[in-house]
Amino acid sequence: MNILQKDQTQAAAVDRPASRLSLAYIWVAYIAFGVAAIAGMLQGMVRGGIVELPSWMNYYQILTAHGVLMALIFTTFFIIGFLYSGVAKTTGGTLHSSALGWGWAGWILMVVGTLMAGIMIILNEASVLYTFYAPLKASPIFYIGTALVVVGSWLAGFGIFSRYRKWRRLNKGKNSPLFLFMSVTTYIMWIVATIPVAIEVLFQLIPWSLGWSPTINIMLSRTLFWFFGHPLVYFWLLPAYIAWYVCVPRVIGGHVFSDSLSRLAFICLLLFSIPVGFHHQLMEPGISEGWKMIHVILTLIVVIPSLMTAFSMFAIFETTGRKKGGVGLFGWFKKLPWTDVRFFAPFMGMLFFIPGGAGGIINASNQLNAVVHNTIWVTGHFHITVGGAVALTFFGVSFWLIPVLTGRTLTPTANRMGMVQTVFWSVGMFLMSAAMHTMGLQGAPRRTDYTTYMDHPLALGWMDYQRVMAFGGGLLFVAAVLLILILFYLTFMAPKGHTEYPIAETEEVQHVPRILERWTVWVGVLVVLIVLAYGYPIMEQIQHQAPGSPPFRTW
Amino acid sequence: MHLHRYEKIWLILGAGGLALFILLLCINAFAMGMAPPSNMTMIDPAKVTETPPFDNPGLTKVGDQEYDAYMTAFAFGFAPNKMEVPLGAKVNFHVTSPDVIHGFQIPGTNVNFMVLPGHISSATYTFDQPGEYLILCNEYCGAGHQVMATTIIVK
Repeated sequence: MNILQKDQTQAAAVDRPASRLSLAYIWVAYIAFGVAAIAGMLQGMVRGGIVELPSWMNYYQILTAHGVLMALIFTTFFIIGFLYSGVAKTTGGTLHSSALGWGWAGWILMVVGTLMAGIMIILNEASVLYTFYAPLKASPIFYIGTALVVVGSWLAGFGIFSRYRKWRRLNKGKNSPLFLFMSVTTYIMWIVATIPVAIEVLFQLIPWSLGWSPTINIMLSRTLFWFFGHPLVYFWLLPAYIAWYVCVPRVIGGHVFSDSLSRLAFICLLLFSIPVGFHHQLMEPGISEGWKMIHVILTLIVVIPSLMTAFSMFAIFETTGRKKGGVGLFGWFKKLPWTDVRFFAPFMGMLFFIPGGAGGIINASNQLNAVVHNTIWVTGHFHITVGGAVALTFFGVSFWLIPVLTGRTLTPTANRMGMVQTVFWSVGMFLMSAAMHTMGLQGAPRRTDYTTYMDHPLALGWMDYQRVMAFGGGLLFVAAVLLILILFYLTFMAPKGHTEYPIAETEEVQHVPRILERWTVWVGVLVVLIVLAYGYPIMEQIQHQAPGSPPFRTW
Repeated sequence: MHLHRYEKIWLILGAGGLALFILLLCINAFAMGMAPPSNMTMIDPAKVTETPPFDNPGLTKVGDQEYDAYMTAFAFGFAPNKMEVPLGAKVNFHVTSPDVIHGFQIPGTNVNFMVLPGHISSATYTFDQPGEYLILCNEYCGAGHQVMATTIIVK
């Protein structure tokens, strides 16, 4: 706590070496975001029937680029940059040399991996989408590139763990700062979740794509992928939650609602984000009904920490609004800083998360899933969760984080531009995802180029919605361009000055149960849950496997 | 750990609702027989075209108003190409793939499943409304994915 108070009086919240590292991650994230936004806009226009692609480019190629760059590269790079900055800020405003070393080593590996995968996508050697389902076979360089991205992200994680261990050593008997605790939780989840996909890539896909093994076990590769695929979405979400729990309260002049409950919510998310992958495989053969149901139940438990988070957020908003003089049942609502983009952008994200969460419950329910599985409803769902809730929060964070890292200020004009950008993005996302959800319920498939299915009347009925979707995509693209311009201004041109790194604290000292920080306990429980949920099915998939598949290139 | 009274009420209502929801899902799946398609049968993907009944895809009448539809999903089409059943027919679809992963969806019905090479996927549907039903592939399978469709006529 002493460290924190001393730090807030200093000019820079994060020192130069740590700032440079964070900024390097964040700018790679936004370069990937910019390229992905172009690909996304093109896709919307093509599917909407508004433009046709030139012959040297194919729809599934730009779809792969959009998915890989947005879902894997933008998110992972931004998250690591954000976590490093907050870990530095809450542990004295600096990083020791081994944390910096791990951070840069991870950055280099991840950039090399991104370039390898990206070049293969541009050469049309990897139009396999970001789920890379075998037996579609991409170039081995694509798989090696994605493996480097994952391994690089692990190295960055070791830097955060190293910083955490050092802090614990120097502050014996104290609870770690909330931001640091949440970063460690996020990274434990990420490392546990990425081990199976690393096994899939290293031991299944790479040898098979090089021709060393003639066939591949399809069922096992899908199970290993979805072991990772669902926690991936929590890996996007948890850093947004960190911003909601720790940064947003400070932005609005409030406090952390409850230290222990925040930590408990993160522990619940850690435990119930991983042993749940079969809910992505509900509609496939080769997994029994019983095992599917076990994963469905474990998935739905996530409702509890989500309700805790919703309660905390609105409790913070209400108590802060009342302190500022809000009276009556809803008077506090008007007292919130609606013209401050650092609050407005994440708040819009929270609003998107309400229908996003409800849609998630629908998708995870084993019968309802038959209606929406692989329809464009699912695309609408993850665009309001990751593209709405998570992305808007990341934008909101960037508006103050980049000035903190560059020693500049968020000017009133830049703030106003940020507000405009948030409105464009929110309206675009609302129109696009509403059209996607509606079409999906009528059966329109996801991941599909423009088609009328030989003028089938049902498919012709989707065309109007597809145009709405394309229009929403156009607005999103305008917002993306505006965002890059604002962030460029904040990095290189905004006036020099002091910007606060918003870290909220509890109003009074709160007792935090020690058990919440005993990692051996939580990792132990997590391993038990994983073995229960996956041990037997994976053993079966290896012992009683279907005849394997040779590679195919169908694009 | 201190919990605010309102938060306790909020969480109890949420957890109670969740428990009820999970119970209903289980009743739906196991008591009412509406579990998701989970056929465990396997097949060699390289030998689909020579393995009966997939060597001769099509409809077989198995009961008064009941048919088995043995189908293959391949890049980029379905076999058989056209099917016709009488109104009220119950059709048991059995589908497999000789190449990559495909999807099998009949919009407007609850028939929607993945088709994996090496596995046979099954679902049953009773066609109570006449019309030309679209069957489409809803999993990316290659450059011609968007044309991969067929129809089943009910009259």
